[in-house]
Amino acid sequence: MSWQNVGVVYRKELTDSLRDRRTVISMILVPILLMPLLTIGAGILTALLFSRAMLETPTVMVLGGEDSPKLLAQLHAQKDIAIVASRSDYAQEISNKQIRVAVAIPPGFDAAVERGEIPTVHIFMYQGELRSTFGADRLQRFFRDQRDRIVTERLTARQLPADLIEPFRIQQQNVASPEQVSGTIVGGLVPYFIIILCLSGAMYPAMDLTAGEKERGTIETILSSPVSRVHLVLGKFFMVLTAALLTAVLSMISMGLTLAASKKLLAGVPQASDFDFTASIGMKALLLVFVMVIPLAVLFSAALLAISLFAKSYREAQSYLSPLTIVVMLPAVVSVLPGVELNAGLSLIPVLNTSLISKEIVSGTYHWGYMSLIFGSSCVYAAVALWVAIMLFQKESVLFRS
Amino acid sequence: MIEAERLSKQFHDAKRGLIRAVNDVSFTCQPGRVYGLLGANGAGKTTTLRTLATILAPTGGTARVAGYDIRRDPQKVRANIGFLSTATALYGRLTAREMVEYFGHLYGMSGETLRRRIETLFARLEIDFPERRCDSLSTGMKQKVSIARTLVHDPPVMIFDEPTSGLDVMSSRAIIGFIRECREQGKTVLFSTHVMSEAEKLCDTIGIIHDGCLKIEGTLDELRAQSGQQVLEEIFVQTVES
Repeated sequence: MSWQNVGVVYRKELTDSLRDRRTVISMILVPILLMPLLTIGAGILTALLFSRAMLETPTVMVLGGEDSPKLLAQLHAQKDIAIVASRSDYAQEISNKQIRVAVAIPPGFDAAVERGEIPTVHIFMYQGELRSTFGADRLQRFFRDQRDRIVTERLTARQLPADLIEPFRIQQQNVASPEQVSGTIVGGLVPYFIIILCLSGAMYPAMDLTAGEKERGTIETILSSPVSRVHLVLGKFFMVLTAALLTAVLSMISMGLTLAASKKLLAGVPQASDFDFTASIGMKALLLVFVMVIPLAVLFSAALLAISLFAKSYREAQSYLSPLTIVVMLPAVVSVLPGVELNAGLSLIPVLNTSLISKEIVSGTYHWGYMSLIFGSSCVYAAVALWVAIMLFQKESVLFRS
Repeated sequence: MIEAERLSKQFHDAKRGLIRAVNDVSFTCQPGRVYGLLGANGAGKTTTLRTLATILAPTGGTARVAGYDIRRDPQKVRANIGFLSTATALYGRLTAREMVEYFGHLYGMSGETLRRRIETLFARLEIDFPERRCDSLSTGMKQKVSIARTLVHDPPVMIFDEPTSGLDVMSSRAIIGFIRECREQGKTVLFSTHVMSEAEKLCDTIGIIHDGCLKIEGTLDELRAQSGQQVLEEIFVQTVES
């Protein structure tokens, strides 16, 4: 095996690929820009939507209550809701977003409360609709305040202490480290992005170096040179692998910088912790994730090379590789779903295994046994894919498919 | 020297079944002479040349190219030939110099030797655009870079597969002149074409190939004597139709 020729082919492919705009965009620009754009874009959008919804004074339709002037007066006195005239098609109006919520006050509400009965107030809302939910929350708060006030009045009238209705308190406390908390929240997304970007970064060079060569007519030129086909495919493979790993590294750096920057930016913003942009991922975790991604990058590179070598043209290669993106995305998406936990069986499923273990690593849990099993099995899959790619490069029916 | 001995190449095609692209072909090309393989499209010229250049592996027979067997030493065969066809394009994103350098490296050349060889070739072929990318070159310029690519390792055997196909008159003349130069330098030249006038002008020996079989071979005079026809086109038609 002459590694010198592999090196010659690799250097040429690297120079060639770095001059290809599509490869540079998918290998360098996308991983650098995607994370900050997604985080900042999604962050700004969420903050904008939330703040606008929260700032709005919800329109509330009051149904009935004419015989309960006390309650009505208090409702009307609320500054954070806008009462509108009562109409019979309130449900329709809520669905059409003409009003946010409606509240039905039962006949004789004030009197019933005075008598110690338990009347029921109905709140009508549009579940899942942000502004309607905020409106319903405000009404809930108003009625809870009313109830508490009445309870206090009743206790005072009977000369009973206030703690009668609160025999004990409940306090919930988080024991997980900040890494674990953020790992659980964003942990699934980090490997998901790295894996998808790793694939997309390798995709263009893989197509360009195989189907692209066939399309441009350079395959016969290179095959007429004394370089052996094994050296040729290895040189190309290392170039595609470089693209896959470079994309992974750049996306990780970009992710780290984005998280650090958002932490700094949101440090002084109240309520920022509600959205948990301040997630932190340790350096050790990131490095380990990268190590786990290496065999996956080998698998992707070899598989992409083999598949696109089979294609006669760039376009044909694209049509073969597009479904592959979905095949890779599916296990990566499954790993993000809540409740999917790593086990020995799942450790053998390519992509899903790396995605799941990376999620664990990011949240600060190191299952060394699973990690070795996953690294080992991924290496086996990668070796098989590389062997297939090398074999396909020897086949005339694939190289000169017409 | 090229010596093809009962060379055969078969393919399996899903639609057409077994295809005998090259069938039992034997011929010899001597150093300092141009052998022209004449045939219609689909006659088996390209497959014969690709097999001799070890781009394809033979399914029957063998050949010795520059003293090496194409089955046993395909890499050594490739190291001793220059292969040029209309299908051997250039890497568009490499410059003319990078393109020739890349192949020089693959032929095991490096450093000062390679640099000087490229300078000599570029001067001889009047390539005064060494730093321009190949995709920005005109057809004629590309042809010159392709020639430099095939000559960088100064091979004793040159194989040309329809080298003038699709070229304009000036570029074609340049190629024909280049083939003559190769002959003058004592190289073995094998050349395929379907253009009769080119074969008449250039070839010392002509072989007519049809349906994968070599039907007739000899100098133009020998072919005339064998067929009783004077014009090569008539000889060709008579051979193919017989």
